[in-house]
Amino acid sequence: MRREIPLIITTIAGLVFAISYFIPHMPFGEAETIFGDWVTIVQAFAIWLGVLNLLRVTGEKIHRKRPGWTYAAIVIVTMVGTIAIGIYEGFAGMNATPPSSYRDAGTTFDWIFQYLYDPLSSTMFAMLAFYISSAAYRAFRARNLEATMLLIAAFFMMGGRVPLLDQLISPFTDTLVFSKLSSWIMNFPVAGGQRAIAIGIALGIMSSSLRVILGIERSHIGGGE
Amino acid sequence: MMGHYIALSLLAVLGLGMIFIFYLTVKGRTIERRFVFLYIVFTVSLPLFVKMKPPIQVSPEVQQVVETITSLSPGAKVLISCDFDPPSAPELQPMLVAFTKYALKHDLKLIFMGLWPLGPSQANRGLRLALADTIIAAKNLTYGVDYVNLGFQSGNEFVIQAMGGSFKSMFPQDDRRIPYDSIPLLNGVVNYRQIDLVMNFSAGKPGTIEWIQNAVDRYQVKLSAGNTAVQAPQVYPYLRAGQVRGLMGGMSGAAEFELALNEKGKASSFILSQMFSHLAVMLFVIVGNVAWLMTRKKK
Repeated sequence: MRREIPLIITTIAGLVFAISYFIPHMPFGEAETIFGDWVTIVQAFAIWLGVLNLLRVTGEKIHRKRPGWTYAAIVIVTMVGTIAIGIYEGFAGMNATPPSSYRDAGTTFDWIFQYLYDPLSSTMFAMLAFYISSAAYRAFRARNLEATMLLIAAFFMMGGRVPLLDQLISPFTDTLVFSKLSSWIMNFPVAGGQRAIAIGIALGIMSSSLRVILGIERSHIGGGE
Repeated sequence: MMGHYIALSLLAVLGLGMIFIFYLTVKGRTIERRFVFLYIVFTVSLPLFVKMKPPIQVSPEVQQVVETITSLSPGAKVLISCDFDPPSAPELQPMLVAFTKYALKHDLKLIFMGLWPLGPSQANRGLRLALADTIIAAKNLTYGVDYVNLGFQSGNEFVIQAMGGSFKSMFPQDDRRIPYDSIPLLNGVVNYRQIDLVMNFSAGKPGTIEWIQNAVDRYQVKLSAGNTAVQAPQVYPYLRAGQVRGLMGGMSGAAEFELALNEKGKASSFILSQMFSHLAVMLFVIVGNVAWLMTRKKK
């Protein structure tokens, strides 16, 4: 029964979602709403599961004093602190007149978001520019035909998506040649390629979903094929 | 013309540095990573010291977004889904701010939400900037009447799907815990049928593609989108098929949007940094390849 019940749930939920797309009426429409609510609730629990898992992993690291345990301590302190402040200000805002949100301007949570989280995460992401430049210099080589084509396309896209190459030729012509070229690349070769990829992925998802719904693929419940 | 001369002289400085790098590379001395990083720091910082007006022309994709927005009558309800967080904010936040400013100036009613946990915070930040605008501030707009933030709901595409039946089922309260039925702006708003346009600012999944698949195709929702430059190519097939009414892609899309709406913001200046950094990367690609070809011939 440990495997049969999850399989039955999977099959029923999968069939309901598939059928309700085409027949959004009784009983499929209602069943879809109920299953949709379940998904939302399960995903909300998954967030807490993630929090607990992070606490367990980092807690163990601190307990055993593994290398980098101080960073793990910072993770726990900042995470617990942010959650506590969010919950406190959430409840305080509920009882305020007029009601306010913990995200509103002037709250400690918003301060953390604006002055800690935002600059830190933006910095991490911005560092990509440095690594991309380094990789472009050291590794991006026209070693074969495919790499050469990629390189040429990348060159025109990079120069055309920002007004760079057009800026360079602007003393000679007012026509934004490179912007138009990059727009053409996006609208035709890229759109065509993306469409082919999307159709391929959709077919793959459909076939593997069918295998899951019909109970042929059972790896998600542990074991089986 | 002055701008061209300044640009050309700056390019000359950058070029000299690059020639030196090229010389070293050809000699077989690949420069260290830290010098590449330094070059990028210098390149990205250049627009701070130089005023330039890059030639920006509104692309058909962005023009379509503008036409969709400008066709809305005052009082039209727009659902704005902020599906991004701070790392993507330099590209998407200027679009959000420009749109919010335009919408509030033209009396559109805005309903914000987020499928990403930090999306509603980004919405609040955009709103704050828009409300500080003198024209908008003079209107004395009220939360719950002119705009509302429904907050975040977990469930990804299932939220979009469920909202097709009832917004209230997914957002029984707004971000301030005000019950759905007590918000004047949401009176009579049951599902997408009462929404004139959905604007999606997206940096990944769930995002524009999920909105297309679950709201546009199924509930015939009118959707316009702003995406990061990385994600935009994935949306082009839907744009060509008419499932998205216009697309703003990356920083250039944001700058074009600001230009088209006459709402000059951060993208118009950020685009310069991106322009110079693209130039540096392109030069690095050229230098790396030419040096590699030359050394290969020698061998």
